Amino acid sequence: MLQPADLSSRSIGIEIDGLVKRFGAVKAVDSVSLAVEPGEFLALLGPSGSGKTTILMAIAGFEYPDEGRIRVGGEDITWVPPSRRNLGMVFQKYTLFPHMSVLENIAFPLKMRGVGRAEREERARAALSTVRLDGYGERKPSQLSGGQQQRVAIARAIVYKPRVLLMDEPLSALDKNLREEMQIETKHLQREIGVTVVFVTHDQTEALTMADRVAVLDHGRLQQIGSPHDLYETPRTAFVAGFIGETNFCAGRTLCAGVAGQRISVALACGHAVEALAVGALAEGVPVKIAIRPERLSLVEAGGGLPARVEEAIYAGNATTLLLATPSGQTLRLRVPAGGAGGSPAIGEAVGLSWRAEDARAFGDAA
Amino acid sequence: MSARPARWLLGGRHYSEVASLALAAPFLILAFVAFILPLGSLLHESLFLPAPTLAHYERAVTEPVYLRVMLRTLRIAASVTVLTLLLAWPLAWLMARSSGLKLAILVASVLLPLWTSVLVRTYAWMVLLQKNGVINQLLMGAGITSEPLRLLYTEGAVVLAMSHVLLPFMVLPIFSALRGIPDDYSRAAQMLGASEWATFREVIFPLSLPGVTSGCLMVFLLALGFFVTPALIGGPQQMMIATLVSQQVREMLDWSFAGALVGVLLAFVLLIAILFKRAVRLDRFVGSA
Repeated sequence: MLQPADLSSRSIGIEIDGLVKRFGAVKAVDSVSLAVEPGEFLALLGPSGSGKTTILMAIAGFEYPDEGRIRVGGEDITWVPPSRRNLGMVFQKYTLFPHMSVLENIAFPLKMRGVGRAEREERARAALSTVRLDGYGERKPSQLSGGQQQRVAIARAIVYKPRVLLMDEPLSALDKNLREEMQIETKHLQREIGVTVVFVTHDQTEALTMADRVAVLDHGRLQQIGSPHDLYETPRTAFVAGFIGETNFCAGRTLCAGVAGQRISVALACGHAVEALAVGALAEGVPVKIAIRPERLSLVEAGGGLPARVEEAIYAGNATTLLLATPSGQTLRLRVPAGGAGGSPAIGEAVGLSWRAEDARAFGDAA
Repeated sequence: MSARPARWLLGGRHYSEVASLALAAPFLILAFVAFILPLGSLLHESLFLPAPTLAHYERAVTEPVYLRVMLRTLRIAASVTVLTLLLAWPLAWLMARSSGLKLAILVASVLLPLWTSVLVRTYAWMVLLQKNGVINQLLMGAGITSEPLRLLYTEGAVVLAMSHVLLPFMVLPIFSALRGIPDDYSRAAQMLGASEWATFREVIFPLSLPGVTSGCLMVFLLALGFFVTPALIGGPQQMMIATLVSQQVREMLDWSFAGALVGVLLAFVLLIAILFKRAVRLDRFVGSA
């Protein structure tokens, strides 16, 4: 029996350079450039219409770009048809061929490459074993559960040792528990065989769980690319701050000018002055949005900090989320982890809010 | 405890036996009076008149002249099935890839023959094929032949005209099978390294087989019992079994022998249907993902 390591290929990187794709007047992808490192797990994350799937389809060869180049392992494949790209792909729907057995499905790409019958079967069985489905080879896809079908689809996509594995929301059709299990399993498998993966998802938790790096897209533009930690801790745009994790946004106006990363003072709509880090260079008196994570807000005695009133307390076992109304009529979320000292305040109680300046980020209009 | 509420027709998934019977009754009465009774009496006549005998059946399957008619019927039905399949598959494929006005035009051109009488279409073929018909005039005008060809009253003419009449019964099931194949299957195949031809051979054509088998069954069975077109286009030389039955009844007044011919045809149709049912069960085993 082949061991999983035998499926590993010398992994290679992908370079996308100035990619533009228009559908009519709409730019589905707007000048996106990014590089995927060899052996890296990159997630393309964004809401629907952000262009993430179009980028994947351009890498796969099902969409030809209007501008820009795509290189895989240094080789320009922009105009190569999909069947000659030697890439692996797992689709959203399982797309296992219903008239073939599981084993025939996995052997299909080998058959297309002229591999002999005996070797085909041996390698297909090894791939089936890699996704822990030994003994299911003779079944028809319709006799497998959704999770099993998706594992077969992965086996079929890696059996011919493709240089890169593309995944188009492959887990979105599974229910929540199975999806979380498959996230870990897929990540584990990717690390074992070392293949470069580009993974499209609209689910930020999935992206943070699985990816080495995440590229966040919105309206066809690349917003930010970085490790999950970078995206969460140092979002470069207000969109990223809002899309990754939970964030409170407060509108305000700068009281002083500042360069990127500098601590500045901001007057909120209610007139209260607070401190935050400037994300880009900001002039004095410009409107800004301040982003603060719910777990970075802290409660102080009423009369100190930003005044607020407790509107609702939502208990979720591991933490309690407080909804707090500020004088300007805004509602902020504050998270108190379970087991902390002191009880949570009563509903209707007046409290004060404060945060460390380095936990709040001020985005100008451009960001 | 309250009584269980009565469900008449729309209350649930399972109808009472009375409701089921009521729904099927009009059809059952019609089928019994117009089909089972006359067929039964015809078969009865073939077996028991004047005394219980198999002589009529023996005559039907042993006398060369009748055997020839039956073999010709099978041969023509098979040829028509093959020809319609060859014509229908590419057309159904085009239809499955089309939408909007293009699809509407294609569907209409396939269905239009169904909306016109078989008799009208058959006469149209006669006009085309006869000695001084359109085709012969074109051939002679172009200098391809010097004398008119004998086109009418040939087996080829019968196959051609019947294929035209039966084409929709082949196109529609194949079209619906192809329509049900998601684009993602051919995308997946290409991604896995299949050329366009390999994608067709390994994925698209096998997935169209349920439609192909039901189209073939329908066309073959309809062709076996075809009457008007072979009678007019084939003439007496190219007689098929339905024409023979009609001749026995109307000219020979030999109802017993006609009954035996009908019995043989019926047995054959049932045999084909049973064989087909096996094939269909295999198809169902394939299922869909």
